Amino acid sequence: MQNENKSKSFFPASPSLKHDDLKEMLDTNKDSLKLEAMKRIVAMIARGKNASDLFPAVVKNVACKNIEVKKLVYVYLVRYAEEQQDLALLSISTFQRGLKDPNQLIRASALRVLSSIRVPIIVPIMMLAIKEAASDMSPYVRKTAAHAIPKLYSLDSDQKDQLIEVIEKLLADKTTLVAGSVVMAFEEVCPERIDLIHKNYRKLCNLLIDVEEWGQVVIINMLTRYARTQFLSPNKNESLLEENPEKAFYGSEEDESKGSGPGPEEAAAPLAARRPYIMDPDHRLLLRNTKPLLQSRSAAVVMAVAQLYFHLAPKAEVGVIAKALVRLLRSHSEVQYVVLQNVATMSIKRRGMFEPYLKSFYIRSTDPTQIKILKLEVLTNLANETNIPTVLREFQTYIRSMDKDFVAATIQAIGRCATNIGRVRDTCLNGLVQLLSNRDELVVAESVVVIKKLLQMQPSQHGEIIKHLAKLTDNIQVPMARASILWLIGEYCEHVPRIAPDVLRKMAKSFTAEEDIVKLQVINLAAKLYLTNSKQTKLLTQYVLSLAKYDQNYDIRDRARFTRQLIVPSEQGGTLSRHAKKLFLAPKPAPVLESSFKDRDHFQLGSLSHLLNAKATGYQELPDWPEEAPDPSVRNVEVPEWTKCSNREKRKEKEKPFYSDSEGESGPTESADSDPESVSESESKSSNESGSGTSSEEDDEEDQSDEQEADEKKKGKSDQSEEEQEKKVKKKKKAHERKETSESSEEEGSASDSSSSESESASESEDEEEEEQAEPDTWRRKTPPSSKIIPKTKEISLLDLEDFTPPSVQPVSPPKVVSTSLVTDLEGLTLTDSSPSLLSPVMGPGKRQELLHRVAGEGLAVEYVFNRQPFPGDPHMVSVCIHFSNSSETPVKGLHVGVPHQQPGICIQEFPEIESLAPGDSVTAIMGINFSDSTQAATFQLCTQTRQFYVSIQPPVGELMAPVFMSENEFKKEQGLLEER
Amino acid sequence: MIHSLFLINCSGDIFLEKHWKSVVSQSVCDYFFEAQEKAADVENVPPVISTPHHYLISIYRDKLFFVSVIQTEVPPLFVIEFLHRVADTFQDYFGECSEAAIKDNVVIVYELLEEMLDNGFPLATESNILKELIKPPTILRSVVNSITGSSNVGDTLPTGQLSNIPWRRAGVKYTNNEAYFDVIEEIDAIIDKSGSTVFAEIQGVIDACIKLSGMPDLSLSFMNPRLLDDVSFHPCIRFKRWESERVLSFIPPDGNFRLISYRVSSQNLVAIPVYVKHNISFKENSSCGRFDITIGPKQNMGKTVEGITVTVHMPKVVLNMNLTPTQGSYTFDPVTKVLTWDIGKITPQKLPSLKGLVNLQSGAPKPEENPSLNIQFKIQQLAISGLKVNRLDMYGEKYKPFKGVKYITKAGKFQVRT
Repeated sequence: MQNENKSKSFFPASPSLKHDDLKEMLDTNKDSLKLEAMKRIVAMIARGKNASDLFPAVVKNVACKNIEVKKLVYVYLVRYAEEQQDLALLSISTFQRGLKDPNQLIRASALRVLSSIRVPIIVPIMMLAIKEAASDMSPYVRKTAAHAIPKLYSLDSDQKDQLIEVIEKLLADKTTLVAGSVVMAFEEVCPERIDLIHKNYRKLCNLLIDVEEWGQVVIINMLTRYARTQFLSPNKNESLLEENPEKAFYGSEEDESKGSGPGPEEAAAPLAARRPYIMDPDHRLLLRNTKPLLQSRSAAVVMAVAQLYFHLAPKAEVGVIAKALVRLLRSHSEVQYVVLQNVATMSIKRRGMFEPYLKSFYIRSTDPTQIKILKLEVLTNLANETNIPTVLREFQTYIRSMDKDFVAATIQAIGRCATNIGRVRDTCLNGLVQLLSNRDELVVAESVVVIKKLLQMQPSQHGEIIKHLAKLTDNIQVPMARASILWLIGEYCEHVPRIAPDVLRKMAKSFTAEEDIVKLQVINLAAKLYLTNSKQTKLLTQYVLSLAKYDQNYDIRDRARFTRQLIVPSEQGGTLSRHAKKLFLAPKPAPVLESSFKDRDHFQLGSLSHLLNAKATGYQELPDWPEEAPDPSVRNVEVPEWTKCSNREKRKEKEKPFYSDSEGESGPTESADSDPESVSESESKSSNESGSGTSSEEDDEEDQSDEQEADEKKKGKSDQSEEEQEKKVKKKKKAHERKETSESSEEEGSASDSSSSESESASESEDEEEEEQAEPDTWRRKTPPSSKIIPKTKEISLLDLEDFTPPSVQPVSPPKVVSTSLVTDLEGLTLTDSSPSLLSPVMGPGKRQELLHRVAGEGLAVEYVFNRQPFPGDPHMVSVCIHFSNSSETPVKGLHVGVPHQQPGICIQEFPEIESLAPGDSVTAIMGINFSDSTQAATFQLCTQTRQFYVSIQPPVGELMAPVFMSENEFKKEQGLLEER
Repeated sequence: MIHSLFLINCSGDIFLEKHWKSVVSQSVCDYFFEAQEKAADVENVPPVISTPHHYLISIYRDKLFFVSVIQTEVPPLFVIEFLHRVADTFQDYFGECSEAAIKDNVVIVYELLEEMLDNGFPLATESNILKELIKPPTILRSVVNSITGSSNVGDTLPTGQLSNIPWRRAGVKYTNNEAYFDVIEEIDAIIDKSGSTVFAEIQGVIDACIKLSGMPDLSLSFMNPRLLDDVSFHPCIRFKRWESERVLSFIPPDGNFRLISYRVSSQNLVAIPVYVKHNISFKENSSCGRFDITIGPKQNMGKTVEGITVTVHMPKVVLNMNLTPTQGSYTFDPVTKVLTWDIGKITPQKLPSLKGLVNLQSGAPKPEENPSLNIQFKIQQLAISGLKVNRLDMYGEKYKPFKGVKYITKAGKFQVRT
């Protein structure tokens, strides 16, 4: 309290105090006095007062034991070191010692201060310190090292090459803490070295969700640029359709299927004339991993994702960002301001996206004017044939607002709506004409200007309105409006040949009483009429000019003199007067009414440059999509064995990763460092996709890593009949024996993250053929001994595309073991073209999914897995293996399926009641569900003696199908049949 | 990224400056003052100002301007978000974010700013981490520190900084373990002249106050999670869990924080709890007008609507108002032309009304538009969307926490056009 009081009282007194007493206090050996002195000094710095003469006294205390004093000394040092370089050098040795301290906080803060002292002499020391810290054990120190890189770079840009090496090293870092900072350093030091990102791309995508918010923004922005250089435009094929934007918008289904990888049906579709677009799996990975961040609490992150989607996603998918952006409109007004600017730009290009949220942009009288005007801009952009009545009604209320700047903007907005939507042009014009009687000059002026613009656009039909305006000259008193009307009549006097001279007559009568601007326009009108209709107006014109000649205002006198010379042919020469008509009545170009936000999207959205509509310093241009995709294999990463081991240990210690976590499932969002296998697997998968050229989105979502290899294949194919071919799209049917049931159960018991893919598409014939040619062999293959790295035996579903690995594109070593075995497994599959349809029932069990979380189940955890075996009782039923485990302290008794919740079409074969499940125990039961070919979830009750839980199982499509083998020819034949229908 | 920060009060004094890179002279703020003058109203100062050598990005919070100086391209929202986070942190530390509070605690402010940014890039912004690094000022601590000579500054790296849950500090201990959730819903609406709803929407937040020892793992489930249309989460929430089960599962930060904010889908019909009958008219060519408003309850789900306040920004030509309220009290500020009518509770037997005459400036044309009415109200124990918390479970700790959920409905931006 004492301290606080003193520093408070210090404020007003600060100039009178001598710095001598501060020096004295700093020289004592009492920490409390030193602290007090430092606090006063920091208060001075905060006020912007000069405290540099204390430098020697302060710098002595850099080695002070008291941590708060030390910190304040650091603050001082960083502030003044640049001014007193020589003295600052005295402190360097302390920091060098600090860099070796066992406490990571001290190491980090030593590096922070050392790198913040802007003294060029110590550049080599800084360089060394950064390099050392970059390989520090503590990720926090490494983060500090990443922060130090741009500091050193701004001090001495010659160090760039060395710094890039450090950046490269830190980019490879696998902790979330470092990722954001190093990408920041990358952006400041070497944004052009996009090649450094290749190897880290997938890791960054996977880490993204666990990085802190600030890092997320930087990484997303960088990845947007990266993706623009590495992938093909997902909307390329639509650029032809773009001429008809309406159609492109409604054709979204088509887009969607294109985005998710064209299936064979589509190849045959008429559109296939063009080369089908296949999204690079890495491109998809980026889109998928950023999407959840739309729900971040940070507006900056949401905006970053929104711009990423706007710039990178296929048209059909961009829509998801609208909701999130609209949400930001509830935030602080500064946030609103920035978001609305971006929405304004987006709404020009993708109007449909924001249309459902039209009402969210309605204006309240309490909004600040700058927000009102931006909202108005958005509303105008969103207006179309269907919603224009509502929008106009809304505008009508705005026009009566007390905020006149806003009213003026509204009138212009109405003008824009009128030009864009022909249907309402007349309504708008009428409305605007009514506004001419408004008392507010600004409103009238603005209306006249807008009317003028509108009339100029359709010069043929405006006779009526000009007549109307001419009548208004009797009532309207606002000079600006009168002037504008006169100009209009003059300009289009040929369309109103009868009225124009009459107006001139009236104006001539009241000429002397008019305002100056009106007088000028009267002269103008007179001149124009004289040139077109001199018979009727000659005298009037002369009268007006004579009046003007003696006007008090010299502008008017000048104009009169000049006009007379120009239009009245005189004896001498008069070359100009011959061209007078051309001069006065030259066709004037119609003004263009368009949004000021048009074409702003060539700036990266969300950027400062976009906001200012001017290139800001250091802005990195968003590159155009490449014509040909660069080699995708550059992103493949070798996974060295040692990282795996160490990471596995780490994984155990680690808390569950947030967001990305769901009970050990190894999805794509899982942190890359936490699960090496999933990384390597998904990588191998992605290269497969690029190799095989087909990918399916659903597949991606369902399963990412296949940890099981196929250990065996179904042998007897001959007993399958031809018609079963058709059943490839039907649910699993025939029972086939698995050879090694023991194996499968072992797998069930194995780590919960084991998963296998579900097969959904039956269109991999090409690949099969490829493999087949490589090495024809028998149907059955033993799994080659699996490597140390993947100790579990693997099993795959035969129809999953993503498991087909062309060995050539596969640099990753551990998955290679998998893939070769796959290859060999598959080789035999289509040996004989003659018997094409085969049902292969032996599948690895699917990914285990949660049915009841232990939290919800009060200690009872239930998981289920589609074990992909025929259900013994009923062939129409899908067999589901349910795994109960009791993590509570009391036994769970009488576990059974309660009265199944009756759902149409779904019937359930219950498992036998489990009498008791002891604490810590687990048990597995099989039940059958007939989903009747729908992906509707089956809901039922899980009862214990005491409790009932409602649970539901939703089958992925793949689980409802039975796999079929067929040759390419056979497949095509089937496909042909489908198309015929 | 962020070069410098200036804090400016309403009268245009720069009372604090902090530089993260080399020093930028205070004179850069002149551009800001220029823009401020041009804008006339504090709300209309553009958040981004371009000057010849710098860019100024500013926010306005609690009568203070936070002006940051930027030199290179940076997403503006990044800076704006950060500045708000700074203001939030001050609020959190000092109870208010005012000039006086900042001046009184200038050293702590400086230490905080030092920790929050390194070379212009955010370093530690989570309040739990900051509080471990720099302890918030309390009277007790100041006394103890002055006696023992210990400091406010922590000397070890906060564990949160390294863990996967940077938002929670380690070693939390409470004797009473409590977890409170406030479900706060705000109705944003625009009601037009005739009383029909032009636009209505429910915006909700769940604010939590968690005082639980150790590392509790909470899961909060709703009776009707489908209601939530668009949700944004605190980083602690496990996104996957929400996606698959619609359960909020998280390890909470310690203390007060906003768990989620949500919007209830606009397709749902929003119940509007009050209605307003109004008759405001200004006579042509006379210096007076009539003002008459009555408020009554509408779909209020059987709860009392309380804390009703009506605020009206009257047109500039209004000189004074002579009104008689049947309930509550009213004030009219002739300078800002703001009429405030504090009503309190509505009793359906006798509806509150405010009637009387408006004095206009003589000779001035009558106002064209009737002012719109901004209405504030509160309904206790009700979430107007019908959202209900089902249960809260705790895992990972042995003790039994005290749990509480409070519902409240408020008017958000509730405007009646007249």
